[in-house]
Amino acid sequence: MDTDQIIPAEYLTTGDAKELATHAFAKSRPEFARKVKEGDVVVAGENFGCGSSREHAPRALLGAGVSCVVAKSFARIFFRNAINIGLPLVEADLCESVDEGDEVEMNFEAGVVRNLTKGEECKFKPLPEFMQRLLEWGGLVPYIKSGGGEKDKERK
Amino acid sequence: MATIAEKILGKEVGEIVECEVDYVMVNDITGVPAFEVLEELAEGREAGGREAGGGETGGGETGVGIKREKVVVVQDHYVPSKDVASAEQAKALRDYARKYEIANYYEVGKEGSGICHQVMIEEGFAAPGRLIIGADSHTCSYGALGAFSTGVGSTEAAAAMATGRLWFKVPATQKFVVDGELARFVGGKDIILHILGEIGVSGSLYKSQEFYGTTIKNLCLSDRITISNMAVEAGAKAGIVPPDEKVFEFLQGRVRGDYKPVYADAVGDESDYEAVFEYDAAEIVPTVAKPFSPANTVPASELDVPVDQAYLGSCTNGRIEDFRVAAAILRGRKVSQEVRMIVVPASKRVFEQALDEGLIKIFLAAGAFVCGPTCGACLGGYLGVLASGEKCVSTTNRNFVGRMGHKDSEVYLANPAVVAASAVRGRITDPAEIAKMTKTKV
Repeated sequence: MDTDQIIPAEYLTTGDAKELATHAFAKSRPEFARKVKEGDVVVAGENFGCGSSREHAPRALLGAGVSCVVAKSFARIFFRNAINIGLPLVEADLCESVDEGDEVEMNFEAGVVRNLTKGEECKFKPLPEFMQRLLEWGGLVPYIKSGGGEKDKERK
Repeated sequence: MATIAEKILGKEVGEIVECEVDYVMVNDITGVPAFEVLEELAEGREAGGREAGGGETGGGETGVGIKREKVVVVQDHYVPSKDVASAEQAKALRDYARKYEIANYYEVGKEGSGICHQVMIEEGFAAPGRLIIGADSHTCSYGALGAFSTGVGSTEAAAAMATGRLWFKVPATQKFVVDGELARFVGGKDIILHILGEIGVSGSLYKSQEFYGTTIKNLCLSDRITISNMAVEAGAKAGIVPPDEKVFEFLQGRVRGDYKPVYADAVGDESDYEAVFEYDAAEIVPTVAKPFSPANTVPASELDVPVDQAYLGSCTNGRIEDFRVAAAILRGRKVSQEVRMIVVPASKRVFEQALDEGLIKIFLAAGAFVCGPTCGACLGGYLGVLASGEKCVSTTNRNFVGRMGHKDSEVYLANPAVVAASAVRGRITDPAEIAKMTKTKV
């Protein structure tokens, strides 16, 4: 799933996350924008987000209400962009074990994904602490504005 | 013992390091979000005792901290503006550049203008040993000049614009060695497509690539840029060619500031490298990446695909050397009736030089459409977008679904000789075939 799929280039004339969300996967899964709900988790395979550096890609997913992307592996620019704007990422291979519509529960600190529908569990390697902090703050900008996480953290 | 990436970043593989960057580049689709974040960051600092009317580093009247001497802003993707939304975006970028007094600002039609990566190279920002980031994935292109250069998103670009620094995780390095003599019509594009075909689109995920061998040494700088440009298609963080006289000569009288070339320690010892890939140049042929991946490669000679459009341009292959190769094939020939050929120089300088050398006349006489520098159709922007079912053979760098237009269109990636030969024949063609077509000596 490359960035041209996540958000086709012709829509790169806005930075508004909600607007971008309406065009997410427009060419490959056009029904996504309509069906996605707040809190949904996107499950993907290898090299998710490969291609362009456009931050519009994770932004579109955030705007769509996606709470987390779980992929077998991530392209590096997409990975950084997602963390920087506060979109949690998990590196785990759920493609075979999860079906669309399954309910999952993510525990980022423990590194466990629980499939509530199927009653299964999958472990994953938690992100480096630095990145977890960025995500807790909601991204790089809130993190920097807070003084680099020096102040007391407020749980989201 | 360290590799080029490890030396430029200054730490060992896997370590996280914060470094001063030499330059941060943004363009018209990534620049506006970056400046918006920059201003958002500044809001958070107002409590820090900054006085209205100036005070912070480089802020001037605006009061927003910005290391303006490190910032390069290039209008290139959707300019001259393709529609109202793009025009508003370009205007917003223009306004930011003016507000923050960005000296390194490149506008449509003006001296030095063009596609951002070509500008960074031509205008002397890229140099050996430098650490450069850009809000565009093909920022890795300057690896051909021995820099560690990599693509980032707008938020990080903003952070670097404000602080002059960014954090990096030091990547492991892979070594690519290409030895031997290239056959006719085979160049840098074929080398990188050949490599991609072997290692795949995540074959260099999170790695730095270094390129060695007699073939690489004998390549002109332009072809090395093509190779570094597509490092990102393998998932690489950087694609570096150790700089030599070709780079130093190019930078003479052009480079801004001083530079110090950085070389890997290992000579003959490959233990610093995570992997070593070796290729015999004689085995590399004119190569085409079929839809829908830059790694889906076959020899051009094995394809028999009719095309609707032939595209010569982009940061990958839009330089004078590429134009010369294409013009040599198009001279005295016509683009097929069924094909639209589009020629887009990577910069104003390339355009001027192509004019001086009579290449534009050749393209026009052959029946091609020529325009000024822009990213244009490469990413499905404009100036050559494809309709449903259409196929384009192109010197660009990506061919994912819908890359150049309709989701049911197709892009075949190739070198300039293949694109020119295909334009004439109306089907994807190995350039060697072209000599058989007419009596004109190529």
